[in-house]
Amino acid sequence: MSVLTKQAPGAAAALASGGPGKLRRGTARRKNQRSGYLFLLPWFLGMLFTIIPFFASLYLAFTDYNLFTEPNFVGLANFQAMIEDPRLWQSLKVTFIYTFVSVPISLAVALLIALVLNRGLQGLAIYRSIYYLPSLLGGSVAIVMLWRYIFGNDGIVNGFLGLFGIAGPAWVTDPDFSLSTLIVLNVWTFGSPMVIFLAGLRQVPTMYYEAASIDGASRWRQFRSITIPLISPIIFFNLIMQLIGSFQTFTQGYVMSGGTGGPADSTLFYNLYLYQKGFTEFEMGYASAMAWLLLMIIAIFTAINFIASKFWVFYDN
Amino acid sequence: MALLELPTKRKQDKPAKPKDPEDALAGTPTTRFSRHLILCLVGLVMLYPLLWLVSSSFKPSNDIFRQLGLWPENWDFSNYEQGWTALNQPFHVYLINSMIVVVFSIVGNIFSCALAAYAFARMEFTGRKLFFALMLGTLMLPGHVLLVPQYIIFSQLGWLDTYLPLIVPNFMATNAFFIFLMVQFMKALPKELDDAAQIDGCGPFRTFLRVILPLCVPAMATTAIFTFISTWNEFFGPLLYIQNQDLYTVPLALRAFMDSEGQSMWGPMFAMSVVSIAPIIGFFIAGQKYLINGIATTGLK
Repeated sequence: MSVLTKQAPGAAAALASGGPGKLRRGTARRKNQRSGYLFLLPWFLGMLFTIIPFFASLYLAFTDYNLFTEPNFVGLANFQAMIEDPRLWQSLKVTFIYTFVSVPISLAVALLIALVLNRGLQGLAIYRSIYYLPSLLGGSVAIVMLWRYIFGNDGIVNGFLGLFGIAGPAWVTDPDFSLSTLIVLNVWTFGSPMVIFLAGLRQVPTMYYEAASIDGASRWRQFRSITIPLISPIIFFNLIMQLIGSFQTFTQGYVMSGGTGGPADSTLFYNLYLYQKGFTEFEMGYASAMAWLLLMIIAIFTAINFIASKFWVFYDN
Repeated sequence: MALLELPTKRKQDKPAKPKDPEDALAGTPTTRFSRHLILCLVGLVMLYPLLWLVSSSFKPSNDIFRQLGLWPENWDFSNYEQGWTALNQPFHVYLINSMIVVVFSIVGNIFSCALAAYAFARMEFTGRKLFFALMLGTLMLPGHVLLVPQYIIFSQLGWLDTYLPLIVPNFMATNAFFIFLMVQFMKALPKELDDAAQIDGCGPFRTFLRVILPLCVPAMATTAIFTFISTWNEFFGPLLYIQNQDLYTVPLALRAFMDSEGQSMWGPMFAMSVVSIAPIIGFFIAGQKYLINGIATTGLK
């Protein structure tokens, strides 16, 4: 969680200082206590609506449940079935390839463009808007359908390749290529990490660069020794959020394949398979077990990231 | 909120540049030009699919295939007419359905998240730090873990095929991002405001309503725009809870086009795709200041 508070040092400081209440009399204080809880009432309800399902799904993960009859406790049977389920492994493979290819590429592009934009160019706001817009649309059904067409047999990508005499593959219907179209779509939405990088880059004091160039440091050296360390908390934050987001991809796979995850399960994202299991086959116990496996995977990757961050993320206090 | 200070900071930097043009961030005119060139090219590549979508929606379906050009040779507005009436209901029914969900979601998010944020940011009570940590923890919780039990609860309440599963959670401050955003914003307001209001005899609710809330309009605008965009795009929730075709939201309606897919349907489908993303682009243009500040402070997508 430290990333989030690092993003907001003011928030953490104000939390610690406690506010002006210390001078007040006891009754006023109690009253403030009570109204504090009153303000949080909707949130408390929301937490109940989060915590109860959280543990309920943990319980269901150990049951056989089809929504219409009572859940039947089966111990680890769901997890055993998962180990032997080739489609589950396939969905993990699809999700991992998607994540570990598209997240690094989109973060690298986002950082690169943010660096160029941060050089005091005119028209920053216009460029920023143009690059940011796709990230608002990337998850919409309209755009995924457009992608399906763009990469279709008669689509404009193959039309463009045709100009150079290249016969493009059948991007959407060939299992070897279908996932790559969605990776391109994800990279297309690099704008939101880019805006966060830009905000971070603007906080780096220019005097560091001035001092470095007086000392004769090259541009590359300045980038490595000043920029990267100073924005490393932001790289870290973007990395965590992008990983968590892309592990949970659903709409892209669903719309691209018409809900099947095809061709040949090549776009069977983990959450798409979870949806198929839970809500078309009504194996809700299995779906809950899958959800918990995903939670574990995300937790492990986040933990690894936090541990690794000690070695490369630099917090300038 | 350090962002708010940035514009002045940059202005201070500017006068220094002409003294040392070689080392200034902006570089020489040649490098500046090449940077603009690269940025424009990248921007063009990024916008091309969108522009092509708009242009294709005005082309007869036969012209769409393999036409890379952006200017329709034969203008054809019939795609819009055809698309509007191609499904069970005319398309404005789906637009209205989506609007209903969006409006209630915005109201719910602003109401519940502002209340919670006020408590976290400006009040003092036992357990506040613990609750705040819990709230931040839910930011990272993948929603699918809660999916099956929540579906069971909603189905037992008889809420399937209604908009309640899509709307009601927003009234319970379940979007931790917006709470976080508003906490950040409210922290930046001077503490003296509450003290002054209290001396004037305002209780916490009046202070919240009359003093703090009016100052939080930018944060509420950010919340409203983000809620609009995410709810308007939301596909999974409606897919799960809405079976009745008359109740479809726009993304479900678009998916229905895909099911009835024949080559002749591409044009109408593109036309309705344009209709479906136009409000997002409109809101984006109107509210980009709030959007960009919002993601920069919270990392919200």
